[in-house]
Amino acid sequence: MTETLTGAQIAVRLLERQGIRIVTGYPGGAILPIYDALGQSTAIRHVLARHEQGAGFVAQGMARATGQVAVCMASSGPGATNLLTAVADAKLDSIPLVAITGQVPKAMIGTDAFQEVDTYGLSIPITKHNFLVSSAEELLTVIPRAFAIAASGRPGPVLIDIPKDVQSQAIEIAEWPEPGRAEAVPAADPALIARCAALINAAERPVLYLGGGVIHAGAAGTAIELAEKASLPTVMTLMALGAMPVDHALALGMLGMHAARYTNLALEECDLLIAVGARFDDRATGKVAAFCPQAKIVHIDIDPAELGKIKAAHIGIVADVGEALDQLLPAVGANARTAWIDRCRALKTEFPLAMHGAADPRSHFGLIRSVAACLDDEATVATDVGQHQMWVAQAYPLRRPRQWLTSGGLGTMGFGVPAAIGAALAEPQRTVVCFTGDGSILMNIQELVTAAEENVNLKIVLMDNSALGLVHQQQTLFYGERLFASQFKARPDFIKVAQGLGIAAVDLDLAANPCATLVEAITRPGPCLIHVSIDSEEKVYPMVPPGAANRDMIGA
Amino acid sequence: MNAINRKEQNTLARAVLEIDVNNHPGVMSHVVGLFSRRAYNVEGILCLPVGDGKQSRIWLLVIEDQRLPQMMKQVEKLEDVIALRRHTAEHAVFQDLESFFRP
Repeated sequence: MTETLTGAQIAVRLLERQGIRIVTGYPGGAILPIYDALGQSTAIRHVLARHEQGAGFVAQGMARATGQVAVCMASSGPGATNLLTAVADAKLDSIPLVAITGQVPKAMIGTDAFQEVDTYGLSIPITKHNFLVSSAEELLTVIPRAFAIAASGRPGPVLIDIPKDVQSQAIEIAEWPEPGRAEAVPAADPALIARCAALINAAERPVLYLGGGVIHAGAAGTAIELAEKASLPTVMTLMALGAMPVDHALALGMLGMHAARYTNLALEECDLLIAVGARFDDRATGKVAAFCPQAKIVHIDIDPAELGKIKAAHIGIVADVGEALDQLLPAVGANARTAWIDRCRALKTEFPLAMHGAADPRSHFGLIRSVAACLDDEATVATDVGQHQMWVAQAYPLRRPRQWLTSGGLGTMGFGVPAAIGAALAEPQRTVVCFTGDGSILMNIQELVTAAEENVNLKIVLMDNSALGLVHQQQTLFYGERLFASQFKARPDFIKVAQGLGIAAVDLDLAANPCATLVEAITRPGPCLIHVSIDSEEKVYPMVPPGAANRDMIGA
Repeated sequence: MNAINRKEQNTLARAVLEIDVNNHPGVMSHVVGLFSRRAYNVEGILCLPVGDGKQSRIWLLVIEDQRLPQMMKQVEKLEDVIALRRHTAEHAVFQDLESFFRP
C-alpha cells in the first residue's frame, strides 16, 4: 500500500520511526512545513526553546544524559547560525545529535534570499557529517543515515539542511527504510591486546587514564573492574568524571590544569599510562613534552585519528573501548602493587586538594558540598563554564556515568541551563542541578522561561561573584593584576529576573538558615533558582599556568 | 606553510594523495576544508568523475610535513571518502599537466 506524503511528513515519520519522542527547536519561515507536520504527530512532543542555541543545548542535555541521539531544529539563516554553537560544542565532546535546519527553496539558494545563509558550508567543520537534501525521496536515505552516523563509532553531530520546497514536495511512499542505528566496530586486535596486557603486567607504576569515550561506550564498569584487578590508580578527564566514583580507593580524581596536586604528581611518577577513550587534550596534559615523562603509553580509542595525534603511543589500539577492555580484563594478572598504591596514597595525604571553607554553605566549596549533601547519586549535575565549573569538578562527589554534564572541549558559557533542562526532560524521575555563574547564566537566561513552561525538576545554583571569574583570575595572575572587562558594574537582581521569567527563586545571602533554605529549595519539585554571592577574589587552585608543565602547579 | 617562497617550495618533499569520493557538490569542500583549517597548503588539485559518475577521484599535491599522517587520517574519516592512497611526488598525474601551468 502506498501513501502520498510531503517531505515534511516523511521527515517527521522517519523521526518517529527512529524512536524520537522529544524534539526541541524554534520555528521560522523556512521550516514551517516540518513544524506543520510535527504539530500533527502524536508520538513526538516538541519543546519550544526561547533561542535556537538553547534548543541545541536542550537536545545535547537529552543526548548526554541518555547516550541516545537527540534532535533539534531551527529555521534558515539566523535560526541556523544560532544553532551552530551548540552543534560545535557537540562535535568537540562527541555528543550524538541530529540537527535539522530549514533552508530557502532550492531555486532561491545562492541568491542571497531572505534568511538565506550557507548552512551546509558553515557546518562542515563543526559536524561529523552534513547533508543538503535535494529531494523528498532523498530524505528516506539521509535521515536514517544521519542517525547511524551520529551514533556510530565516535559519536557526533550531524546536520541536515532541508530546503522549503523539498519539505513541501509530495511523493508516494511504498516502503519505509530501517531506522539508522550505531554500526558495529571491528574488534580490537588480540595481538595488540596481549602486548598491552603484558605491559600492564610488567609495569611497576601504571596509571589508568579515562576519557569521555569510556562514558560514551558504557564501559565505566569494565574500566573499574580492570583497575581493581590490576590495582591501577585511575585519573579521569573532565569528560570522564563519574566513570569511577571519586571516593573509590583507586580514584585519583581529575587530571590536568585544575587537578589536585597528588593527581598530577602521580602522573609524573608513573611508568605506564593506559589512556582509554581520552584524547590528550591540552587542558589535561599541560605542556605535552613534559606529560608523564617516564611513562610508556598505551592508547585505546575508537577514532584512529586520535592515535598519535598529540602523543605517540607505544601501543595504539583502535577499538570500541568497552570491547577492548572486555578483552583486556582476563589477560591482565591480579596484582596488589602494594608499593605503588602506597606511594599514591602517600601523595594523596601529602598533597591533598585544599577545600577551604567546605563547612560554610555560603563559600564556593561549602555550597557545592551542601548541595551534594541534599542529593543522592541518582541526581544529575550540569554546569556552565567558568570557575564554578572547575570547583564543582573538584568538589562534587560524582559517582555515576552520565551523572555529569559539562561543556568540555568547546567550553561554552550558556551551556548549563538548557543542557540541564534537556537532561530533566529526558529523565524526569531525576533531580537535575545546574551550577552556573553570573556570566554564564546570562548567555542563555531566556531558557528559564522554557524551564518554567516545561516545569522541569531543575535546581539552578547561581554562584554570583559579579565577575568573569576565570578571566579575572588570569588577569590577576598573569596580566599584572590589570583587571579589564572582567568585573560587572551593573548587577542584575537575579531573584527578580528568575521570578519575572516564571520560576521560583531563593537568595541564600539573605537566609537566616542557609542549609535549611537550600534543602527546602532542592526538595521542592519544579524549577528553582538558588542565588549565592561568592567572593570574586577566590581562585581555582591549584592551577597549571597555560603552556606550563603539569608539575608546575601554582596556588593552594 | 603559506609564507614560504617558490624556490623554497621546490626543495621541499612533496606527496601526491589519490582520494576516491562520492561525487556530490559538497565533497570537495569537505576534503579541502580539512587542509585549510590547519593552514596546510594544497599545491595542486585535480578532480574528475569515475565510471558512471557516482564517484569521483580527487588528486592532491601537497607538501610533505610532519602533519601529513594526521591529515590523511582526518581525510579517511570523512563519510564521503571511500579510499585514500599516498604516492610520491614523482607520480605522473601532475607532471603530465605542466604544460598547462607555464607562467
